[in-house]
Amino acid sequence: MNEAAKNDSKNLLGFWIYIMTDCVLFASLFATFAVLRNNTFGGPTGAELFSLPFVLVETMLLLTSSFTCGLGLLAARQKEKTQVLGWFAVTFVLGLSFLTMELTEFNHLVNEGHSWTANGFLSSFFTLVGTHGLHITIGLLWMIVMMLQVAKRGLGRHTVRRLTLLSLFWHFLDIVWIFIFTIVYLTGAIQL
Amino acid sequence: MKKYKLLLIILLIATVLTLAVIYLKNHEVAVLAPKGHIAAREKSLLIFASLLSLIVVIPVFVMTFLIVYKYRDHKKAKYSPELDNNRLVETIWWGVPIILITILSVVTWRSSHELDPFRPIQAQTKPMTIQVVALDWKWLFIYPEQKIATVNYVQFPEDTPIDFEITADAPMNSFWIPQLGGQMYAMSGMSTHLNLMADETGEYRGSSANISGKGFAGMNFMAKSTSEAEFNKWIKSADKSPSLNMDSYDALAKPSENNPVAYYRLAQNDLYNQVVAKYMPYHGHGAEE
Amino acid sequence: MNLFANIFGRLTPEAFQHDMVVMGGVIGMTVSGIVIIGLLTYFKRWKWLYREWLTSVDPKKIGVMYIVVALVMLLRGLSDAAMMRAQQALNTHGFLNSDHFQQIFSAHGTIMIFFVAMGLMFGLINLIVPLQIGARDVAFPFMNATSFWLFAAGAMLINTSLAIGEFSAAGWLAYPPLSELSFSPGVGIDYWIWGLQIAGIGSLLSGINFTTTILKMRAAGMTLMKMPLFVWSVLNSMILVIFAFPILTATLGMLSLDRLLGMHFFTSEMGGNPMMYVNLIWAWGHPEVYILILPAFGVFSEVVATFSRKRLFGYTSMVVALAAITFLSFTVWLHHFFTMGAGANVNAFFGVMTMIIAVPTGVKIFNWLATMYRGRIVLATPMLWFLGFIVTFTIGGVAGVLMAVPAIDFQVHNSLFLVAHFHTMIVGGVVFGYFAGLNYWFPKIFGFKLNERLGRYAFWCWFVGFLLAFVPLYILGLMGATRRLDHYDPSLGWQGLFIVAAVGIAVILAGVGFQILQLFFSVKDRKKNLDATGDPWNGRTLEWAVSSPPPFYNFASLPEVRDRDAFWDMKKHKKDFPDVKYESIRLPKNTPLPLIIASLVFAVGFAIVWYIWWLAIIAGLSALICLIYRLNNDETEYSIPAAKIAKLEQEHTA
Repeated sequence: MNEAAKNDSKNLLGFWIYIMTDCVLFASLFATFAVLRNNTFGGPTGAELFSLPFVLVETMLLLTSSFTCGLGLLAARQKEKTQVLGWFAVTFVLGLSFLTMELTEFNHLVNEGHSWTANGFLSSFFTLVGTHGLHITIGLLWMIVMMLQVAKRGLGRHTVRRLTLLSLFWHFLDIVWIFIFTIVYLTGAIQL
Repeated sequence: MKKYKLLLIILLIATVLTLAVIYLKNHEVAVLAPKGHIAAREKSLLIFASLLSLIVVIPVFVMTFLIVYKYRDHKKAKYSPELDNNRLVETIWWGVPIILITILSVVTWRSSHELDPFRPIQAQTKPMTIQVVALDWKWLFIYPEQKIATVNYVQFPEDTPIDFEITADAPMNSFWIPQLGGQMYAMSGMSTHLNLMADETGEYRGSSANISGKGFAGMNFMAKSTSEAEFNKWIKSADKSPSLNMDSYDALAKPSENNPVAYYRLAQNDLYNQVVAKYMPYHGHGAEE
Repeated sequence: MNLFANIFGRLTPEAFQHDMVVMGGVIGMTVSGIVIIGLLTYFKRWKWLYREWLTSVDPKKIGVMYIVVALVMLLRGLSDAAMMRAQQALNTHGFLNSDHFQQIFSAHGTIMIFFVAMGLMFGLINLIVPLQIGARDVAFPFMNATSFWLFAAGAMLINTSLAIGEFSAAGWLAYPPLSELSFSPGVGIDYWIWGLQIAGIGSLLSGINFTTTILKMRAAGMTLMKMPLFVWSVLNSMILVIFAFPILTATLGMLSLDRLLGMHFFTSEMGGNPMMYVNLIWAWGHPEVYILILPAFGVFSEVVATFSRKRLFGYTSMVVALAAITFLSFTVWLHHFFTMGAGANVNAFFGVMTMIIAVPTGVKIFNWLATMYRGRIVLATPMLWFLGFIVTFTIGGVAGVLMAVPAIDFQVHNSLFLVAHFHTMIVGGVVFGYFAGLNYWFPKIFGFKLNERLGRYAFWCWFVGFLLAFVPLYILGLMGATRRLDHYDPSLGWQGLFIVAAVGIAVILAGVGFQILQLFFSVKDRKKNLDATGDPWNGRTLEWAVSSPPPFYNFASLPEVRDRDAFWDMKKHKKDFPDVKYESIRLPKNTPLPLIIASLVFAVGFAIVWYIWWLAIIAGLSALICLIYRLNNDETEYSIPAAKIAKLEQEHTA
C-alpha cells in the first residue's frame, strides 16, 4: 500500500468511528424519547399531532437524495466533473426541501401551541428530530463547500476523499431518519 | 540507624492503632451498632463480605511483601527473565476469584430480595405507615392513621414494622436512619418505600444523604423508638398542635434552614397523595378518566 | 438598561464581587498570569512560545501541554480539597458558607476528573503511544491539537467561573432537578455544563484519533498481540471514550436545553424525568472511571516489567482482562443508584455484574505480582508508586465489592465511606499510576531523569497522607456521616476524625511540595542526570529505542517488530537489525487554527453562560469559517529530505 492509499484508509476508518460516536449520540436521544414519549402531561399525543403523508414525502425526499448522492460519488470516482456537480446539486436541492418541510412542520406545531416547552414528550421530539435536522444543515453546508471545491480545483485526490466522507455522512443521516420515521412517526401513529 | 528507623515506624503505627481503638471505644459507629432488624442483617452481610474478601486480600499483601523483599535486586535470588506464563497458576487466580464472586453473587441475589426496602417486614405486630416528604430543607412526617404530622422528628413504637412512604416536594433527597437500616431516595412525583423496624427503644439519628441545595447539611432529624403506650401518649400530646392543610403545607414547604421540631394535626387526609400528584405526568388521553 | 442587557446579557458588575476567599484565588490567578506574561516578554520568548508550542501539532509537545494544564488544575483541585477538609475540621459556620462550600466540592470533583485525571491521561497517551507503536505521529494531528485546545478552553471556562460569576453548587454530576433553572437559577450550572461540554468534545475527538492511530499506524510486524500493554490499555480506554462520551454530550445538551429553552427533559414537572438524567450520566460516568484507570493499569504493566527486568507475566490474560473490564463497564451503571428503588431483581443483577469486574481486576494484580517473582526488582520511584497502588487499590477494591451488594450499599451510599472508596480508586489507582508514568517517562521526554530522592519523599508523603486522609472517611461513613456536609452537630464526635483527614491533606500537600522541589532540582541538576543513551531504565519497548528527547520525527527509519518486548529483542539480537537507509519523511505543518477555533469555542461557551447571544453567534460562525478554511486546505504537510534526516541523526549520535 502506498502512502496516499494508507492515508485514505486511515481517514475512512476515522470517519467510520466518528459515525459510530454519532450513532451513540442519537441512541441516547432515542432512548430519552422512548422514556418520555408518553409524558404528554395532558397534551395531545404524537398520533394526534403528526401527519403521516407529510412525513412520508419528507422520507422520500431524503431517500432520493441519498441515491443521487451515491450517483454523484460514482461520477467523482470516474472524474466526471460536470456530473458530480449536477448530482450533488440535485442532492442539495432535495436535502434543502427536506429541511424546509421539517421546519414547516416545526413551525406548524409551535403555532398550534405545541412547542418544546409544552411537555417532556415534545421536548424530546423537537430535540431528536432537530438534532437530525442540524446534521442535515451541516451536511448541506459541507456540500456547498465541496461543490465550490470541485468547481474550482476539479477532482483531485483530496477532493474525492472528502466527497467520499461527505456521502458516507449523508447516507448515515438517511439511516438515522429511517429510525426516526419508524420510531417517532410510525409507532407514534399506531399506538393509541 | 536503619534499626532505629524501623523501630520508629513500628512505634508510630502502634500509636496510631491505639489512638484508633480508644477513639472507636468512645464513639458509636452507627452502621456497626444496629438497633433495627434490617440494619442488623445489613451489618452481618457487611462483615461476611469483608471476611470473604480477605481470602484474596491477605495473599496479595503477603505475596507483595515477600516477593519484593526476596527479589529486590538480590544477586543471589533466582532470576528467570523469560518466565512469562504458567497455565496452572493463571488458572488458580482466574478460578479462585470466580468461586468467591459466585458465592457472593448468590448471597447478593438472596439478600437483595430479602432486604428489598420495598418488601414489608413480617412480624407479630400490626405494621404502621409513616409518610415522609423531603422539603427544602426539612423532613415532614405524616401519620395518616394517627392524623398528625411532624417536622424533623419521627416517633414510632418498637418491634413494629414501619412502612415509610417517601416522596419529595423539592430536589431529590435520600432518607437515612443508619441504625435502623439503609437509605432510600426521595423523589418528587414518585413514592418509594423503606420498610424498617426498631428492635429496641432509643433515639436514632436520621439525616438527608443527598445534596438538595443550600440548607441540606442541616436537614437532620431524630427518630425515636418507644413503647406502644408511650407512643400513644405522644400522639395524644400532639393533638393541640396547629393544623396542617394544603395552605399551611404550602407555607411550610417554602425553603427554610435548620428547622426546629414542630407538630401538626393533620387536617387534610390525602395530603401526601396530593403532594405526589402535583408532579404526576398525565398519560395522553384517558388520564382524565 | 435594555441596551446593557442586549450587549452583556445577564453579566452585571455584581458578577465580579466576591468574598475574601474567592478574591484571594482570583488575585492569585491574575498575579501568576501577569508574572508569566512578564517573563515571556522579558526573555523575548513570545515567538518561541507561538512557534514551538501554541501552533504545534507534534503529539510530544501536545502531551507536555496537556500535563502542564493538568498539573496547574491539580493545584487548584487540591486547594479546594484542603479548604473543604479545613472547614469540616474546624466545623464552624464562619469560614465558608454553605453555598460557597458546595461550589468548592463541585469544582473539586469536576476539576479532578475532567481536567486533572483526563489531562494526565491524554498527556501520557500523546507522549508515549506513537513512540510505543513505532509511529511518527498520530492519525489526525490537526484534530489532536484541536482536542487539546478544546480541553484547555474547558479548563479556562471553569477557572473563569471563579472570577466572573459563580460555579455550580450541585455536585460534580449536577443531578436534576437541583440543577434545573427553578432550583439553580444562577450561572454556576451553565459554567459546569459548557466547561464539560467543550472539554468532553475534545476527549471524544481524541478517542477517535487514538483508536485510529493504534489500529492503523503500528510498525511493521507489530500485530495486535505484540502491542505493549500500555497501548492495549489505551486502545480499550479509547473504545470506551467512543461509546461513552457521546452519551455525555447528549445528556449535557439536554440539561442545557432545559435551562436555556425551557424544555422538560429532566424537570420534575411537565412530564420531565430526572431519573433519566441519573441513568444517562452514569451510563457515561461508570465507563469514565475505567477510561481513567485502564491506561494507569497499562503504565503499571510497563513499569513492573521494566523494573523487574523480566517479561510481563500472563500477557494474554492481561489483554483478556482489559477487554473484559471494557465490556463489563457498560453493564454496571445502575450500581450508582441502588437506592432509587428499581426493584430487587434489577439491583441484584447490576450488583452481580459489578462484582464480576473484580475477577479480571484481581487477575491483573496477581499477574503483576508474578511478573516481579524471580525478577531483579529495582525500587525506583515508579516502582514505589506501583507498590503503593497495590495497597490502596486492594483496599479500595474490597470496599467496591462490598458496595456492589445492594443491601450493603443502602447503608453506605452517599456516605463518606463511598467518598473514601472512590478516592482510593482514583487517587490510589489513577493518580498513582500517572505519577508512576510521569517519573518513568520523564527522561524520555526531557532528556534527563527526575531526582530520585525527592521523588521518594514525594511518594511517601502522598502515600501516608492518603491513608491519613481517607481511612478516617471510611470510619466516618460507617458512623453515619454523609458526604458534602458543610457543618455537623459537634455532639456526634466526628471532629477528631475530620481533623485527622485534614492532617492527611496537609501531608499530601507536603508531597506536592516535594514534587515541585523534585522538578526544580532535576531541572537545575539536569547535566548530572542526563540521559545520553535514550534508554535510562533498561527498557523493553520501542520508545526507548530512540534518543531522549526523541527527534521531532520520532524514528529516522520506521522500526520492524518481532517480539512483544520489541526493543529488548533488538538489544539482545543486535545483528538481526542492520542499519537502514534514510528516506524522506512527511510531517504535518504547524497551524494556529486549533488554538483559534478553541478560543472561539471558549467565547461561545462564555457567551451562552451569560446569555450574550450576539457574541455566541459571531464566535460560532467564525469557528465554522475556520473549519471550512481547513476543509479547503490541501497543503497540510511538508517533507523532510533524506539527506537532512541523515545529518540530524549524525549530529545526534555524535
